[in-house]
Amino acid sequence: MRPIYLIPLALFLFFAGLAGYQLTQPKLQNIPSQMIEQPLPEFTLQPAFEGLPGASRSDFVGGQPRLLNIWASWCLPCIAEAPHLERLEEAGVEIIGVSIRDRPEAVASFLNQHGNPYTRIGADDISALMLDIGASGVPETYVIDAEGNIRYQHIGDIRTDTVPLLLEILEEVR
Amino acid sequence: MMRLLFALLALFIGPTLTMQQTFAQQAMPPAPYAYVQLEDPALEAEAAELMGTLRCLKCQSQSINDSDAPMAGDMRHQVRTRILAGESPEQIRSWLVERYGDYVSYEPEVSSTTWPLFAIPLLLLAVVGLVLMRRLGKRRSDAEEVN
Amino acid sequence: MIAELGLAALWLSTALAALQMISGAMGIRDGAASPFAIYARPAAVVQAFLAVLSFFLLLYAFAVTDLSIKLVATNSHSAKPLIYKLTGTWGNHEGSMLLWVAVLALSGGLLAGLEHRLKEKTMSATLAVQGFVAIGFYSFLLLSSNPFERLPVPAIEGGGLNPLLQDIGLAIHPPTLYIGYVGLSVAFSLAMGALITRQVTPDFAKVLRPWVLGAWVFLTFGITAGSYWAYYELGWGGWWFWDPVENASLMPWLAATALLHSVSVLAARDALRTWTIMLGVLAFSMSMLGTFLVRSGVLTSVHSFAVDPERGSFILALLGLYIGGALVIFALRAGSISEGKRFSMTSREGALVFNNVMLSAILAIVLLGTLYPLLTEAFDVRVSVGPPYFNPAGAIFAIPMFVVMAIGPLLRWKDDKPARIQFELALVASIVIAIIALVAIFGDYNVLPVLGLALAVGLGVAALLPLRGRSLRRVPVATWGMVCAHFGIAVALFGMASESAFTTERLAAVAPGDAEEVGGWTVQLESIAPVAGPNWTAIEARVLASRGGGEPTILAPQSRNFWSPPQPTSESALITRWDGQLYVVIGDQAGTDESGNPRWQLRVWWKPFVTFIWYGGLLVAFGGILSIFGRVRVDLKRRNAAARGDVRREELDALNDSGPLPEPAE
Repeated sequence: MRPIYLIPLALFLFFAGLAGYQLTQPKLQNIPSQMIEQPLPEFTLQPAFEGLPGASRSDFVGGQPRLLNIWASWCLPCIAEAPHLERLEEAGVEIIGVSIRDRPEAVASFLNQHGNPYTRIGADDISALMLDIGASGVPETYVIDAEGNIRYQHIGDIRTDTVPLLLEILEEVR
Repeated sequence: MMRLLFALLALFIGPTLTMQQTFAQQAMPPAPYAYVQLEDPALEAEAAELMGTLRCLKCQSQSINDSDAPMAGDMRHQVRTRILAGESPEQIRSWLVERYGDYVSYEPEVSSTTWPLFAIPLLLLAVVGLVLMRRLGKRRSDAEEVN
Repeated sequence: MIAELGLAALWLSTALAALQMISGAMGIRDGAASPFAIYARPAAVVQAFLAVLSFFLLLYAFAVTDLSIKLVATNSHSAKPLIYKLTGTWGNHEGSMLLWVAVLALSGGLLAGLEHRLKEKTMSATLAVQGFVAIGFYSFLLLSSNPFERLPVPAIEGGGLNPLLQDIGLAIHPPTLYIGYVGLSVAFSLAMGALITRQVTPDFAKVLRPWVLGAWVFLTFGITAGSYWAYYELGWGGWWFWDPVENASLMPWLAATALLHSVSVLAARDALRTWTIMLGVLAFSMSMLGTFLVRSGVLTSVHSFAVDPERGSFILALLGLYIGGALVIFALRAGSISEGKRFSMTSREGALVFNNVMLSAILAIVLLGTLYPLLTEAFDVRVSVGPPYFNPAGAIFAIPMFVVMAIGPLLRWKDDKPARIQFELALVASIVIAIIALVAIFGDYNVLPVLGLALAVGLGVAALLPLRGRSLRRVPVATWGMVCAHFGIAVALFGMASESAFTTERLAAVAPGDAEEVGGWTVQLESIAPVAGPNWTAIEARVLASRGGGEPTILAPQSRNFWSPPQPTSESALITRWDGQLYVVIGDQAGTDESGNPRWQLRVWWKPFVTFIWYGGLLVAFGGILSIFGRVRVDLKRRNAAARGDVRREELDALNDSGPLPEPAE
């Protein structure tokens, strides 16, 4: 038997091992932002509706760490995360919202229906901020420290067990 | 270029959240340059070539140039406005890669995670050359000897 | 009742596959002497009948929308047009897998029923392997993907079929592709049979050739049809994106193309024995790998089925059993098969070896690029590999291949002098150089499309050169097949290069009455109106397209909304001319113009010679059909001549044996 005839078998076994391993692993679904530990980019967004002011980078600088919540009234998981955002707000966290491709009346009625945990909401109609901070979907939540640096990204809706995690990180980056 | 449907696929993409989102978002007009070309054909050609190699982040495996997803439209808007502002396609690509990693670009660059993609074809080239030399080069002299 | 019959037929098929395997295995040791060996052939034939019957029973269940069957209830809908009810049978994992095994059984049955040229021992081994492969896939179907599962309570209405699949493309593309994929199982079994019984001979190659050609013709046709389907259905004018699932269909084609050329060398010259066996194993391995990639969900693709890791593990186990097993036998046995006859570099074989190696290298690139994300994801890094990687990396090997492909058919077998064909070489080279110069003068295009155009024309001319100086009526049919297939490759390459170099695009928001210019066409949106179909509503645009001020043609692109399942699709409208296609898509409403009229997104492309891609694909497939026909006819003629010779000899012997004729009685 010449060793050269073992090469195809070796390559196949390598593939089979890799494929077998990957079958046991949870499929990577998220595209994590590469902007963690980077300063929040410069931005200024108009108010998403009449009730609250818009948002800009300077709103994140000074005082306490804050949450940046990317959401939209048309997004179903955002309804699910609304009560958890309320709990964060009750715990004294300042949450600044950015609503994606949304109409003012839709934003207002969403907040009426599901509660308003935000101090400000900026309207991002062309996903400009979303792309600038490496967000790939709605909803996503970022922890921004008092110097205006991005410290943590949570992809997807906030659930019961995410709340203490976020509070812990907010405490850590203080 | 081509997205859905190919091979055995009777592909099953369920009516997922993305789909419902697509419906709801139709209420908002798309970003100005999502479906509008740049005036200058040379700039538009640059943009189109770049957009064909950027991955739509909300889709399964489509470039932003081939997708109706609203976020793909917003990415096209970014590309076109940045090209118009004088940025080069490679600057825009690295701007996106800085934010999303290599995943966003269909054009892998040589890096610590992608070097085998380039090393293996080179190795292959060497192996192919070797195989052909052995198979064809030596055979000739063998054949002459046999004859 | 239908479902139970179908299921019973499948279980019976499984039992017959086991019988086929055992009986075949007995035959390997003892040949026809074993009394048990005679069951393999009938088992394969009856199995083919039962598996196909089972598939037709499922087809019937879909036709009548039997909502007590889970698969029908999940994937069909009573309001669908009948054609899509039928094609929906393979528009899901279980149904398409049943089609897969039905084709597998049918291939095995045809092989057992029709093939009588092989030595009995080799045939027994082949049938044993085919039975062994079949058992695995029957088990997969029955144990993890039963298509006939009943619901405890019949559903009131079905879930419907993905609207993108509600198209005639689904009737053509998957079945042809599956016949191609699974037809390669015969090549796999024959290669293993020959390897096990050490019968890798030119006679074996002659038996193998029509099966490889047949599977390859279907693969070529299936890929061509799928590419065109995606092109018009998806609404963005793309025809190939190097998506993992597209690659999964390309890889067996590349391996089968290499295989059918190396089989020719083996048949004609008794060379490349181990290489041919390796390719026989590789081709079907690529089919199975494709099945794994599509159905396990390990890779992200737009084409994937509903993902289930349990199914993935099952197929991976089958892969390990069949591919791993075959490669182990190959490693053990390959050394004992000698390389075969020798030849020089400048010979037909030399060119074929060169292109075999190039095809294999392209296959390696596609495989690497497709599987690479799987590798990095093991380290939690996600990367994308797309056209900017595959095109240049593939071209490194494809360009030399096209050059040699132009010259190879002009060379003689065994040994030839390049000086003999210097006129042809000079002709093709000057055409290629002239075209590169011409295109470079007239415009600024990317390197690859320009090279593609030049090589396509050079190759097109070179493909016809083997006919030069021959009486066309005397040219063997198989040679016509080769000329036709090579010319088809040139035509398709021309279409691809032209599409990527010369396509013009116009995206605009227009109100009714507005006109846009693209590639010498004037496209005017006349009106927009709502329309309704059996299971969808749509807005339909009336678009007038005229070329150079000529008579306008009316186009009606639609933006459809299906309601079960709810999903929007774009129905493109096309105008086909000899020199290209105009591609029109209507999108969403986009605000209003100055006078308050609603404006609509209109996307228009003029794609010069894009249709050549698929005409070329059809020519390639047709060339394959000619080759099968030619080869089989010559083989049959020879066999008949040999048989007639035998009969005459026997008669003569009989005459001689019977001694002097008795005197006729008065």
